[in-house]
Amino acid sequence: MEQKTIYEFGAVYRDTFRVTGFYFGTGEKTMCVVGSMRGNENQQMYACSLLVKRLRELEEKGRIAEGKEILVIPCVNPYSVNVKKRFWTIDNTDINRMFPGFSEGETTQRIAGGVFDVIKEYKYGVQFASFYRAGSFLPHIRMMKTGYENVELAKQFGLPYVVLHNPRPFDTATLNYNWQIWETDAFSIYTTNTERIDQASARQAVEAILCFLSKQGVIRYRSHDGYISKVIESGDLISVRAGAAGFFESRVTVGEEVVRGQLLARIMDPYTNEAKCELISPVSGVVNFLHDGAMTYENTAVFKIIEEEE
Amino acid sequence: MLTIVTKAALPVGEELKIQKNRLEPSGGGGGKRISIVTGIHGDELEGQFVCYELGRRILEHPEYLHGIVDIYPALNPFGIDTVTRGIPAFDLDMNRIFPGREDGDMNEYIASGIIRDLEGSDLCLDLHASNIYLTEIPQIRINELHRERLLPLAKKANVDFIWVHGASTVLEATLAYSLNSRGVDTLVVEMGVGMRITKEYGEQMTDGIFSLMRELGIWTGPVAEVRKPIVSEAADDVLFLNAPCSGVFIKDRMHGVLLEKGERLGRIVNPLTGGLLCEVKAPASGWLFTIREYPMVLEGSLMARILDGKRYAQQRSR
Repeated sequence: MEQKTIYEFGAVYRDTFRVTGFYFGTGEKTMCVVGSMRGNENQQMYACSLLVKRLRELEEKGRIAEGKEILVIPCVNPYSVNVKKRFWTIDNTDINRMFPGFSEGETTQRIAGGVFDVIKEYKYGVQFASFYRAGSFLPHIRMMKTGYENVELAKQFGLPYVVLHNPRPFDTATLNYNWQIWETDAFSIYTTNTERIDQASARQAVEAILCFLSKQGVIRYRSHDGYISKVIESGDLISVRAGAAGFFESRVTVGEEVVRGQLLARIMDPYTNEAKCELISPVSGVVNFLHDGAMTYENTAVFKIIEEEE
Repeated sequence: MLTIVTKAALPVGEELKIQKNRLEPSGGGGGKRISIVTGIHGDELEGQFVCYELGRRILEHPEYLHGIVDIYPALNPFGIDTVTRGIPAFDLDMNRIFPGREDGDMNEYIASGIIRDLEGSDLCLDLHASNIYLTEIPQIRINELHRERLLPLAKKANVDFIWVHGASTVLEATLAYSLNSRGVDTLVVEMGVGMRITKEYGEQMTDGIFSLMRELGIWTGPVAEVRKPIVSEAADDVLFLNAPCSGVFIKDRMHGVLLEKGERLGRIVNPLTGGLLCEVKAPASGWLFTIREYPMVLEGSLMARILDGKRYAQQRSR
């Protein structure tokens, strides 16, 4: 393993801003894995740290194929993590809305550009991503439909679901989108949480990457084959929205199988604790997303359900 | 008449309401409609004075009003209340969620309600200040896709500068793009600085709105003569100047001045050591229309935008 600073700049009152990369093996730029880009993505960085540990062990045992290089970047934005701020410290911009970056541009454009210059030529790109809305996910691979997406390859991670979605305007400035445009096979892995660490789903995500690398002949690793992934369109996920604002009391957990007509949650009046509304599952299926705030706003999608096939 | 454009219930004893004030002739009678919106970014307050001043002047002379003036002073009331640029609790830039969705989350629902209410306007002005980091000359920015329709209107708006910029996919989620693509001519105004009101610019912009209202037949009272703006349409007209190092910026020059090549705009210094870190100099001669206001800078922070000197001279000589 070789640890390198892949991008840095100085500041007057803080330590130098550094993005650190961990290299395993040498040769063809085969896979790059990126962890937290936002200051609250603790789970994403944690998963990367587990991956660094596992790859180091595999490398020491000589199990990384000759001529293959893997790069892991646990954290692109240590400045924000260290002050517990989600976006960039000074101007609140989002590094994951700055790709492919610009070396002569503003600070976050420069960070995105400096990092992208290092990672754009890898054959496979994986980002541990987070959702803008607070909640828990069933671990899955998410891919944008850019015309370059390789769904069959995504199935080789062996996670239960591959979710496809059409890019929205802001997606065109994300890492995943730009990786695809630069002909990297790019995948976003969503694990259960963002701020809080969920060890089990982090381990599952790391196992998925090792499973994928093993199937591509990049590492020699005895992994189980994982799941036969089911491919779904994000538009086919069934949203259940809060019919009122108030305390959110869920009756189910993420990953749980639910049946049509089942009580999913109650929204309670924050003054009187009377039920303002009950949320009933419109379909039978698996809970893919669960809102995890104590309160909800009206009309917020608090559940997303993968409908079971007839 | 005050009305609620759209609203949503909040968890604890409150509703989020987007309000507008409709000013129209006492007998009604139709006429064209202009909509003035501001406050999408909660830290941009320059539009507050414009909304007040517009309403005040109309109420002073209602006899000149022959159409509808809709004033929406706070599209993001939570942002304004919490001195936050985006939508607090969601960390979302409200100007990246349009046109919204009727069946979407609260913010998307609110955005769709705003679009629905603005549709049917003959002209909309979306008033922004700059953010808290930069000070801007009063200007209108136009997406090149809508240049033909908007440029003649922008020239009557009493701004100093019109910047026709390239199309960008990311900007397709803005209010202005959504309205322009629905056939509602919408001008985006940038002026002044975040978190402050520059009264002089507010009065200039209010004069511009009256000029546009007269053009549309909404206002028949006297209006001030409008400025002839500098228009930039070529991509390489504008130079962006970024901080070469991190430190504290001490500004020497004010926005609106002409700069010679190599002229110093300011210095980046280190208060800890008392040392000069670097001088920020104009890379070419030109017109300084944006200048850094917030002193703390990191390497890459935007320091200035300069309109090419030749382009400036060409336009001024016309």
